[in-house]
Amino acid sequence: MSRQMTGAEMVIQALKDQGVEVLFGYPGGSVLPIYDEIFKQNQIRHVLVRHEQGAVHAAEGYARSTGKVGAVLVTSGPGATNAVTGLADAMMDSIPVVCISGQVPTHLIGNDAFQECDTVGVTRPCTKHNWLVKKIEDLPRVLHEAFHVAKSGRPGPVVVDIPKDIQFALGAYVGPKNIQHKTYRPKVKGDMDAIRHAVNMMGKAHRPVFYTGGGVVNSGPAASKLLRELVKLTGFPITSTLMGLGAYPANDEMFLGMLGMHGTLEANMAMHDADLLVCVGARFDDRITGRIDAFAPHAKKIHIDIDPSSINKIIKVDCPIVGDVGHVLEDMLRVWKSVQPTIDKPALDAWWGKIAGWRAKKCLSYRASDKLIKPQYAIERLYEATRGHDTYITTEVGQHQMWAAQFFRFDEPNRWMTSGGLGTMGYGIPAAVGVQMAHPDSLVVDIAGEASVMMTMQEISTAVQYRLPIKIFILNNHYMGMVRQWQELLHGGRYSESYSEALPDFVKLADAFGGVGIRCEKPGDLDGAIAEMISVKRPVIFDCIVDPAENCFPMIPSGKAHNEMLFGEAVGDIGSIIDEKGKMLV
Amino acid sequence: MNTSHYPSAYVVEQQETHTLSVIVDNEPGVLARVVGLFSGRGYNIESLTVSETEHEAHVSRITIVTTGTPMVIEQIKNQLDRLVPVHRVVDLTVSAKVLARELALIKVKGKGEARVEALRLADAFRARIVDANTESFVFELTGRGDKIDEFVNLMRPLGLVEYSRTGVAAISRGPDAM
Ligand SMILES: Cc1cc2nc3c(=O)[nH]c(=O)nc-3n(C[C@H](O)[C@H](O)[C@H](O)COP(=O)(O)OP(=O)(O)OC[C@H]3O[C@@H](n4cnc5c(N)ncnc54)[C@H](O)[C@@H]3O)c2cc1C
Ligand SMILES: Cc1ncc(C[n+]2csc(CCOP(=O)(O)OP(=O)(O)O)c2C)c(N)n1
Ligand SMILES: [Mg+2]
Repeated sequence: MSRQMTGAEMVIQALKDQGVEVLFGYPGGSVLPIYDEIFKQNQIRHVLVRHEQGAVHAAEGYARSTGKVGAVLVTSGPGATNAVTGLADAMMDSIPVVCISGQVPTHLIGNDAFQECDTVGVTRPCTKHNWLVKKIEDLPRVLHEAFHVAKSGRPGPVVVDIPKDIQFALGAYVGPKNIQHKTYRPKVKGDMDAIRHAVNMMGKAHRPVFYTGGGVVNSGPAASKLLRELVKLTGFPITSTLMGLGAYPANDEMFLGMLGMHGTLEANMAMHDADLLVCVGARFDDRITGRIDAFAPHAKKIHIDIDPSSINKIIKVDCPIVGDVGHVLEDMLRVWKSVQPTIDKPALDAWWGKIAGWRAKKCLSYRASDKLIKPQYAIERLYEATRGHDTYITTEVGQHQMWAAQFFRFDEPNRWMTSGGLGTMGYGIPAAVGVQMAHPDSLVVDIAGEASVMMTMQEISTAVQYRLPIKIFILNNHYMGMVRQWQELLHGGRYSESYSEALPDFVKLADAFGGVGIRCEKPGDLDGAIAEMISVKRPVIFDCIVDPAENCFPMIPSGKAHNEMLFGEAVGDIGSIIDEKGKMLV
Repeated sequence: MNTSHYPSAYVVEQQETHTLSVIVDNEPGVLARVVGLFSGRGYNIESLTVSETEHEAHVSRITIVTTGTPMVIEQIKNQLDRLVPVHRVVDLTVSAKVLARELALIKVKGKGEARVEALRLADAFRARIVDANTESFVFELTGRGDKIDEFVNLMRPLGLVEYSRTGVAAISRGPDAM
């Protein structure tokens, strides 16, 4: 049954039919008809952000923490261009977002009309797909297709650009029947022969390691369960990328911690010395591989990924399996159980013995202080204090982000929202707004840097308006710490423009926004202050003054191999594990 | 020490030339998507032709000639296939012996011996004369790209004015569709 509606009504109806409950947006001339429809209904909650970039990050936080599609509404011209950073961010991290933008009326397109911008042109490279809807007959189909494309296969952001006259036009609305897209049908089932081959390779491995990533989280909670089962069954060690944290419990002894540039010694050495990598939903990013010709030089490689273009892009693999992590792992488990490969137990034990040796180096050690708050210590205490709570963490970008990844231990997927691929400073506050909208009673903390929060702090006002008690936990080192660290290591300590000058008084700022400000400067006061932050049921800015000189280790300098890591000074003798060339760098 | 954020480039592999047929939904912007993919990711386009092949179904065929290492060629195919309006990508260089043809229109101006020589060569290359007057000719030549290159080079000293080429259209040999 089709019903006559205006384009604007169709937008709202389609959102409802697609199960959208929250819409993050900002009004303007070319979306006023849609805003009028929002006014007339109660089913969808609209969250008025303070900047369109915030709308997209909020939708990303909402999506990543729920597994649903995030929805965004922005106006033409500046509304759309402001959204671009968020779209690029969602593209890089494979987050499903549907962004609806207003456009000038069709007869004005191309005339440099007021607030006109070629939105589909600008967003083409940073969306999975986008549409300019020029006929009312196309609108319902395109809206449903947009959700289908955003959430299926490798998820990503899409834009539907709707000229204002189309929003007023009358047409027949069609619901989201079983959409069989003409051209877009991602493959979810893995090839069984490839899966059998993989199980065979795994059965023969002596030094295997699971290298898992964001694809496990994308695939849904069931995939995480299957991954846990497979790790138990095989007895193989497992490491994860930044994007995959939580898919496997960090507190489990099989977990080696994060790998990559700021990953643990045990994870990176295991990757380097392995004879088999089982890559599950990760994309061999350059933060992981380091020097490509020295990446896992002895290992055969299995790669499970839903996107064929992720396979053999950077690293050639021996056994590619195109499919959804959940589906493939299910089949893999079944094959494993029926084949029951005879694992070389002594070899695997010896492998775990080697790993124990690396672990014993305690690569994350830092020099504790009773005068200055060490940023690592702050995260450790935050982690301990939040353990009993239903906690979600977002971050900004910088050292604090890496310390959060290293010291906050995630045991469940969808609890960790961070900008990995684009590395967008300013992601954390709006993302926290989105997460808190989806989980009103949970504890949502943005682990932040003082420079990053200055980029999108206007969204604190959004948090106050919607009574979202997000906590902005700033590791305030008065530096763009990550930039300063690179300048220290690679540019002769010339700290060009990386000092955070003229910072606001964050406590007063919180107050001015209508939130609560807390400052903590001494390690002894930290636990009390964190407890206070958690107990406050309002938005909090926590200004945690930390050691300004601390650097984030371990670190693999870019272009180096996994066995050429740099360590903090608190880490004991490492002479035995890195070669001469590597040692010169320490 | 490498002072970049990125590892140094991968070892150099042999470059190959491939002809790809891309079947796409003929929707607005589809060509921009394909071209944007090549420029955005730094791939080469040696030749690109596009036109609607199934009017009813709104389907177009894009023929792309590109060069790259085997790994890059595989990436290009996968990246193209990932575009939403793309139905299919077929590597004609791999899947079958490829038939590839181009059409060129070549304008040559001259008198006397040069003019006679140009005509003689045109005949040898089976170029057709599509415009002629006492001062100049326009030749139409169909063939493989290297044949057209050769002809154009021969025309240069004989008074080549300008020329225009269509780019490569390609199809596989034998009875089957790709
Ligand atoms: C300052 C900074 C430092 C960083 N340092 C590190 C570091 O030390 N270590 C680190 O790991 N990262 C680090 N990162 C993050 C890094 O840049 C990448 O974002 C990250 O490594 C990519 O993670 P991933 O490989 O899991 O891929 P994602 O970007 O999460 O991609 C997921 C992959 O899985 C596939 N996929 C998606 N859905 C499915 C599905 N349902 N089934 C199967 N496959 C699927 C996709 O096609 C894709 O190939 C850092 C980022 C910043 C900003
Ligand atoms: C929008 C944006 N601009 C610039 C950068 C480059 N950058 C990466 S980390 C960083 C410094 C972050 O400083 P801060 O938020 O204080 O975090 P810290 O490293 O001190 O913990 C900068 C400028 C970026 N990632 N994003
Ligand atoms: Mg800082």
